[in-house]
Parts: sequence; structure tokens; C-alpha cells
Amino acid sequence: MKDFIRIQGVSKLFGDFVAVDNVDLEIARGELFSILGGSGCGKTTLLRMLAGFEVPSSGSIQIDGVDVTHQAPYDRPVNMMFQSYAIFPHMNVASNIGYGLRREGVAKGEIARRVDEMLELVQLGDFKNRKPDALSGGQRQRVALARALIKRPKVLLLDEPLAALDKKLRERTQFELMNIQDELGITFVVVTHDQEEAMTLSSRIVVMNQGRFEQVGTPKEIYEFPVNRFVADFIGTINTFEGVVTVVEEERIEVYCEQIGDTLTALGRQLVEVGQAVQIAVRPEKIFVSKERPENDKDVCIEGVVDDLGYLGNRSLYRVRLKSGRVIQVSSQNRRRSVTRFLEWEDDVWISWRPRSAVLLLD
Amino acid sequence: MSAVSSKRDQVWRNIAVATPYLWLLVFFLAPFAIILKISLADPVIAQPPFTPTFDDQGRIAASVDSFRFLLTDKLYAITYVRSVVMAAAATILCLALGFPMAYGIARSSASVRSLLLLLIVLPFWISFLLRVYAWMGLMNNYGVINNFLMWLGVIDSPIQIMYTDFAVFVGLAYSYLPFMILPLYATLERMDISLVEAAQDLGASRTRAFWDVTWPLAKPGVIAGCLLVFIPAMGEYVIPYLLGGPESLLIGRVLFDEFFVNRDWPLASAVAIVLLILLVVPIVLLQRYQARDQENTA
Repeated sequence: MKDFIRIQGVSKLFGDFVAVDNVDLEIARGELFSILGGSGCGKTTLLRMLAGFEVPSSGSIQIDGVDVTHQAPYDRPVNMMFQSYAIFPHMNVASNIGYGLRREGVAKGEIARRVDEMLELVQLGDFKNRKPDALSGGQRQRVALARALIKRPKVLLLDEPLAALDKKLRERTQFELMNIQDELGITFVVVTHDQEEAMTLSSRIVVMNQGRFEQVGTPKEIYEFPVNRFVADFIGTINTFEGVVTVVEEERIEVYCEQIGDTLTALGRQLVEVGQAVQIAVRPEKIFVSKERPENDKDVCIEGVVDDLGYLGNRSLYRVRLKSGRVIQVSSQNRRRSVTRFLEWEDDVWISWRPRSAVLLLD
Repeated sequence: MSAVSSKRDQVWRNIAVATPYLWLLVFFLAPFAIILKISLADPVIAQPPFTPTFDDQGRIAASVDSFRFLLTDKLYAITYVRSVVMAAAATILCLALGFPMAYGIARSSASVRSLLLLLIVLPFWISFLLRVYAWMGLMNNYGVINNFLMWLGVIDSPIQIMYTDFAVFVGLAYSYLPFMILPLYATLERMDISLVEAAQDLGASRTRAFWDVTWPLAKPGVIAGCLLVFIPAMGEYVIPYLLGGPESLLIGRVLFDEFFVNRDWPLASAVAIVLLILLVVPIVLLQRYQARDQENTA
């Protein structure tokens, strides 16, 4: 079912401020879908409308074929994991997790059984009787997850699920989340500002900006085929060259960049005309850096000087200054194990990339 | 050098810790000891109007006559009960009015919130006596309330509001309402609103979420507010004196009369000590209960 969650023409206004601006979205059953954007882009408002804490100013929301636009939070087949985790401080771990079932009026024995099941799922069996203030951040996160999952919701909403955890724990929890989602088959909708988190977790991502959707797609589509400058910039780093289209052949476009005084080639089927202003964008890891000019004359090749370099262990970052003064970021894998540096400051180098690695952006 | 400075730190720390104890000793324990001493003396017509604690031979001359009198004369027991009932009623009214107000303030936007808090505190800028007099103007036989009701045609002749228990009740609730609102506000404001949302998300209606989450978490504020209203309301003298009738006798009035009208200092002291016990015992029990409650759930 492709339209398990169906958001149609949804807007949300707070006074004059448009938090969410006429968005449409369909999320399939069992997807792990991320809403990605900076602060104030409307992602949390959208999530809160799915949870029922905000009512859309216009438009409708359907979950599993039922219109829930005006349903109260406690009537929806949806549960939420809050950014602050919102664990009840006056209840121990087991009563926190069992709360939803108690409200449903499930029999005591059944509640105890399902709480134990959940405790096992999130590996908190030994902490059953602990008070929340005696738990670490990671344990609190798992209590919140278990509490939200115990009612077996059709959709689980997660508001910045990993933001409060430190880096190591975040990486581990990411995979735990994915495993649990896979095991239970519940549709997850995650709100995050962290692009890396969105990339690793999600089956699909929507990038939000100023209340609107910039692009919806798989992590790969979003990263490798951004539709505009905003998405290209928001996800990872990218070098962009402004220019004017000079040649349009089948799948091959040449762009003259005044800035670097050179013609760059991109491959693509975009509808562009000669004379149109466009941008060529290349990710740092798609660029090769070498001391000699590469042989392959189909590649784009530009001369420059190493302006700055950084060693990150698994890879090195170079900032290469072109003759025009423009600085380009290049990232290369440190494949060889060596203590000496392959390049030094002020080395003359060539940077090159394959035309098909470049993205043509229209705005 | 560091040893010297840490020693000096230690001295300051001791001073800081000792200060509140010193305060309690000088301004609570010492007066209490004096009152206790007077309560165990006999009244005489002299200056001071009670017998000394030690007689000519240096023996302790204590008597529990005042306490015995207090326990045998029914008037005192009745007055204590009346005071407890009145203070409890005023506390409940304050809680019923104060909780929604505190909740509203805590959940309003930051700019409105400071204005609302100012409005709560504003009456303190006017003399307490003046405000009680204002209530007299409102509740008099030809005061604002009666005139208004007669103008509406609800009543033909003024109803007696002033000099009744009801007037005292209203006066107490009015005067102590801010002491209920402020501690309640302090706890409610600190409460994470997403806790209530989480309860609703997990299937609780608004009312249910209130009783499951807001109320238990607001309990410390409720207890603090109730104590701040109940304790002074128990011993209140001015409000019953000004708004109450001659028959609405409360313990504060009795205390005053014994001291200044009858000049029976030992009996007045005994009244004060019994009042203190009436207030302290339930508070200690409550605290012990809370401590045990916390241990059990931890």
C-alpha cells in the first residue's frame, strides 16, 4: 500500500506565520521515512499534525484509509517518541512502558506480559523497577521507544530520536532503531535536522525548507541527484560553479564558467537552452587530486594550488585554490598507509572529475 | 597556600551552614522556650503577670494548670475545631481558585506571564488592612454587593454578609490566595508540557492526563501552597476581628483576648503552644509519609 499515510494540501498557520505551506506526501506501509530540515522549517509542526497535537489550517491527513485530520491524539492509531523523551518522572520504568495499555483497559496480567516483552526488545530487563532519574540518556531513550511501541501503533512518530545521545551511542542506537523497525514492520516517521542520521536510517527522505518540500526521494537520490541548490547544499558539501550554457547535445551539456574562465561539461537530460544561467555542482569526494595532469581528456581538469589540508584519518580534505582565486573542496580516501603526506601546502596540483559526476542545477 | 585557603573555605562553609540554624535558634526556638516557660507558670497581678519559674528556694515551680483549664473548658476545644474547619475551608477554596489560575499563568506566553504574575503580587503593594476594609465596603448591609443585588431585584432587603463566618471565609481566601498561586505556579511552570502530550498520545483524555500526570507532579506545589495558606489562616486575628461577628470566635481572637483583655499570660501561652502542636504534628506526619512514599517508589 503506497499511500498508507496520505497528506493532502496540508498547511498550518500560526497567526501570520506559515509553518507548513500546502504540502502533499504519501508514505507507504512499513517505510522508515525521514523529514529533514533546519530549525523552523516546519518539520516538527508537520509531525505534530500527524500526532494530533496541531490541527491543520487546511488540507487533510489520512492514515490507513481513515481521515484523522480532526481526531484527538488519544484516538489515533499513532504513537510518538518525544524529543525530550517525556518519561513520566513519578513512575518507574515498567509503569511508564505500561501506561498506554493501562489507559486502554488491558488486563493486568496481559500488561505485565507485554511490558516484559518490550523490556526485552529494548534490553532493559534489569531496569524494570528503576525510577527515570536513575537512568542514563540512552536508557531513557529506550524507555521512551518501548512506551511508544507497546500499543502496536500503525505509525510511530519520532521527534529527533537521537539528538540527545553522544556520537558513539547515536551510531549504535541508529542500527537498533532500524532493526526494531524491521522486526515489527511498523511505519516510522522520523523528524531530524541531522542529515547523516536521515541518510543512514531512512528508506526515503523529504527535505523541508520554509514550510515547503524541496525534494522527496531515497537517500541516494537526494544526495546524488539534488533537484536544486538548497538540497545540494543542505545534504553534505558541494562545490558549485555558476555559468552559462553554451552547447546542448544529447545528454551532454557544456557550460562556460566565467569565474574560472573554463568550460565545464555535465551529463544530463535536463531541459536547458543555450544561454541559460545554470550551476554545475560537484561533491568533494567525486573530485580527484593529482600532481600530474590526468591522461583522460574526457574528464574536466583544472589546475590549482593546495591552499589548506586536513587529515581526518580515513580521508583527507584539501582546499585547492584555482588560478581564478576560487577555492574548491576535495575529499580523498587515504588508501595507502603512510606517515608522509602525499601533498603539502602550496603544491601545484590538478583537480579532475568525470562529467557524469557533476550535477546540473537550474536554480 | 591551598591548605590555608581550604581551611578558610571550611570556616565560611561552617558559617553559611550555621546561619539558618542560628536564625531558627534566636527567632524560633528561644521565643518558643519563653512561651513554654510562661505557659507553665501561674497568673498573678504583677509585672510581669506570671509567677517565676524558680521559687525562693531555687526549686522549679511549674504548674500545668493552664493546660488543664484549656482541656476542661469546652470553649477552647470548640474554638480550635472551628479554626481548623475555617482554615481548611479557606485553603480548599484557595486551591480551587488558585490551581486554574496558576496553570493558566504557567502555560501563557512569556510576555503575558510576567504581567499576570505582577497582577497576582500587586495587592501586596496596598496595606493589608486597607484591603480588608475594602471588603467591608463591599459586604456591608448597604455595601456594593447588597446594593447591586437590590438594584437587580434579586433581593428586597439587604442580606447579612458582614459579621458572619462567610465574610471571614471570603476574607481569608482572598488574602491568602497569592500564597497558594505562587508555589503552584513555580511547580507547574517547571513541568514539561510534553509529559501531558505524551499521556494524551498514549490514550489518556485531557482529564485523565491531568490526574495521571499534572496533578501528581504538581503535588509538591499543592502541599507547599496549602501549608502557606492553612498555617497563617489558623492563627489569623485581623480578618475575623474585622469581618467576623462576635459569635464567630476563632483561636487567634481567643489568644489575643487572653493576652491583652484578661492579662492571663500563662493561659494565652498555653493556647499558643497547643496551636503550634496542632500545626506541627500533621506537617511532620506528612513529611514522614512523603519520605516513605519516595523510598517505596524509588
